[in-house]
Amino acid sequence: MSSIEERVKKIVAEQLGVKEEDVKPEASFVEDLGADSLDTVELVMALEEEFETEIPDEEAEKITTVQLAIDYIKENLG
Amino acid sequence: MTLTISLNDRVALVTGASRGIGSAVADMLGGLGATVIGTATSESGAEKISARFAEKGIKGSGAVLDVTSVESLSGVLEFAKKEFGAPVILVNNAGITKDNLLMRMKDEEWEAVIDTNLTAVYRLSKACLRDMTKARWGRIINISSVVGSMGNPGQSNYAASKAGVAGFARSLAAEVGSRGITVNTVAPGFIDTDMTKVLPEGQREALLSRIPLGRLGQPEEIASVVAFLASDAGGYVSGETIHVNGGMYMA
Repeated sequence: MSSIEERVKKIVAEQLGVKEEDVKPEASFVEDLGADSLDTVELVMALEEEFETEIPDEEAEKITTVQLAIDYIKENLG
Repeated sequence: MTLTISLNDRVALVTGASRGIGSAVADMLGGLGATVIGTATSESGAEKISARFAEKGIKGSGAVLDVTSVESLSGVLEFAKKEFGAPVILVNNAGITKDNLLMRMKDEEWEAVIDTNLTAVYRLSKACLRDMTKARWGRIINISSVVGSMGNPGQSNYAASKAGVAGFARSLAAEVGSRGITVNTVAPGFIDTDMTKVLPEGQREALLSRIPLGRLGQPEEIASVVAFLASDAGGYVSGETIHVNGGMYMA
């Protein structure tokens, strides 16, 4: 079983079409990884599916970097 | 280049499919190979749709849907996904009229028409988009009305809802085009359905005199435009309102 970090990074790489090694914890989806607003919505959808959870819109808006995504999943599924 | 329209392996959701334009659209999409979920407001309406599909060899089924209810919508989508797969073609056809001169119009008449004709389009599109973006392919086709463009006395609520749908389609088309999803509006003129059968004879004659083709349209003549937009052949049309009205209104 991969760690939460690895699973999040894999999804980010897949969704945004970037290399996994570029998906650094501090990377911002929009500024560093080239995501547009629709990409970020789809990314949250993909995370919801991977971790079988529902992320409320007001929380989803705060998830702007790889680390914030990892933190959210850990806090809410830990 | 040849023109072939095939909707094999596509799942379509058509609202208001028990009669009129919706019925013709559902049957035509089904005839082109799509699996169709056709909705009606009543159990008996849904059963009739299922029976019609079975008779015509169309894959899919009827379903009861109240387009103004989120719960009802979730139920239908759950059923559709379980039985057939997520719809990637959505035809927002269900609509109502509650005509009145504005000075006599009741709030309920305004609200009911906006809710069923416009807000439901928002609701259904939102609910289906997730799976369309995942599929990187989708078609949202709204059936509006010529009245949304040219206006008609006694139909300010209806015209507002139909013009709203066209604006909605243009914005959504801009939002989701990058995911291979097109959003269009088909605006029928006067089509031979129950909705226009209630017109008084005098009004009917007056209308016909304004239609260059000199006749009402048939539901199938709307369905064929919807089928084109739903197919890969219509894949480069997006955000557009296509008027189908025998020349009565030329935009």
